[in-house]
Amino acid sequence: MKRQFLSGPYLVWMLLFTLIPLAIVVYYAFTDSVTGAFTIRNMASMGAYLPIFLRSIWLAVVSALICLVLGYPVAWCIAQTKPLTQRFLYMLVMLPMCISFLLRTLAWVSLLEDTGIVNRLLGQLGIGPLRLVRNDGAVILGMVYNYLPYMIMPLYTVIMKIDPRLVDAAQDLGCDGGQVFLRVTLPLSVPGIVSGITMVFVPAVSTFYISQKMGGTTSTMIGDVIESQFKTAYNPNLGAALSLVLMILVLVCVAVMNHFTGEDESVATI
Amino acid sequence: MKKASKVVTVLVFVFLYVPMLVLMIGSFNSSSDLVVFKSFTMDNYRALFADGVLLPLLLNSLIISVIASLASTVLGTAATLGIHRMGKRMRRFTMFLTNIPMTNPEIVTGVSLALLFAFAGQLMKIKSILGFWTLLIAHITFNLPYVILSVQPKLTQMDPNLTKAAMDLGCTPVQAFFKVVLHEILPGIISGALMAFTMSLDDFVISYFVYGPNFVTLPVEIYNYTKKPLHPKIYALFTLLFLAILAVMLLMNILQARDTARQRNSRQKARAGQPTV
Repeated sequence: MKRQFLSGPYLVWMLLFTLIPLAIVVYYAFTDSVTGAFTIRNMASMGAYLPIFLRSIWLAVVSALICLVLGYPVAWCIAQTKPLTQRFLYMLVMLPMCISFLLRTLAWVSLLEDTGIVNRLLGQLGIGPLRLVRNDGAVILGMVYNYLPYMIMPLYTVIMKIDPRLVDAAQDLGCDGGQVFLRVTLPLSVPGIVSGITMVFVPAVSTFYISQKMGGTTSTMIGDVIESQFKTAYNPNLGAALSLVLMILVLVCVAVMNHFTGEDESVATI
Repeated sequence: MKKASKVVTVLVFVFLYVPMLVLMIGSFNSSSDLVVFKSFTMDNYRALFADGVLLPLLLNSLIISVIASLASTVLGTAATLGIHRMGKRMRRFTMFLTNIPMTNPEIVTGVSLALLFAFAGQLMKIKSILGFWTLLIAHITFNLPYVILSVQPKLTQMDPNLTKAAMDLGCTPVQAFFKVVLHEILPGIISGALMAFTMSLDDFVISYFVYGPNFVTLPVEIYNYTKKPLHPKIYALFTLLFLAILAVMLLMNILQARDTARQRNSRQKARAGQPTV
């Protein structure tokens, strides 16, 4: 039975709408915005954007690590509950991802503003008002808030797969709680950690909405620059060059992360 | 340690849900400021249904996500069946293609499609190519990998002898597919379709680069709104959407829980030597 041809339409679709668009990005990145002639000027100007690239990477890495530290206990706790409770809690983790992240981010702005709810509560304790929004810390908070579910989901999946008999065996052999965690549970969760960090890092490093709303004037991220090249500054060639560099950067990071697990299954654990 | 992680879990859930609670309270607030609660009102809900702007946008979003998720489910399921039969090299190439939109940052996918459409517009000499069709194409493109990745495990888990058995019992290959294979992979197809639908419904980044003034979806318009002060009727819409999604998710949970319970029962019965039907 020949069924391969069933993939035909899909392959054509992906060539047309994934590979060719990427080729066009490369084409734009190496052509002049006015004359359309070949140029490396766009790529040569990347040096000027290096600080922005570095800041984006830095903010995304910090967010991913905070997500890991917060997400791991949550995933672990969910995995310890009864099956029905697990389903319900897992649903509560997924639910925020399905509803407008724009509005939810905006809600944070109003919570953290100088006259916002948090500052009012602090004011009653005699503290503040603190400057909680329009700085890098707020951008990190926005990223952690938006992408934390992407960390919890793969962590939960791997923790669920850990054979409880391994934990029993470690305890029988004299490990205390901390040792069981460090020597059994944590090493077995590495695929989930890698996939969680990737799933937080990629959207975080390329965001533009969160930095626009929560960040200050100095928190510009690479996504902001790309967005402005297409929406306000109208220099798609420079935008394409920036996108190309961003894409390569993300691919390198993902490849390095996947190297830790030794297999390329990490994407499939969602 | 157990206690500490329980505390963290509770705090994380509070952290995840407080902003949503703020929006929901805001939907009943007579002041448009989220921070100051003036008095309880239903006016925002009345305004939402009275003004003819937000609901048609929601309808646009629903149209795009229903068509995009159906199309990507059919295309993606067919592709998965084909990939299953491919040789090693061809399969590697196909999975490489599938992983591109999954690993690429959304903004890069959006930008690349925007450039493609601009290019196609020049070729076809159409001035404003951006609109319904470009949105639909973009949504199908980013939905496809989710469908494939959720159908594929079901197909590899399936016992290949089932198809052979069906054909030995007189099924044609097509009948065997519809009676046996489709039945086995249906849970994967449904979860893929649902995932595609929710991804589509809430997509902002990619849509933002490929939408046109003639056809706008709700998240894109909310973004355009958020540059000005928001009218609280948007919070009312948020609250209604939240309740709708909560209801759908609860329903899915109950159905799934029942399904697993039934499977467990039938397995136990089979072990006890009783007929499973």
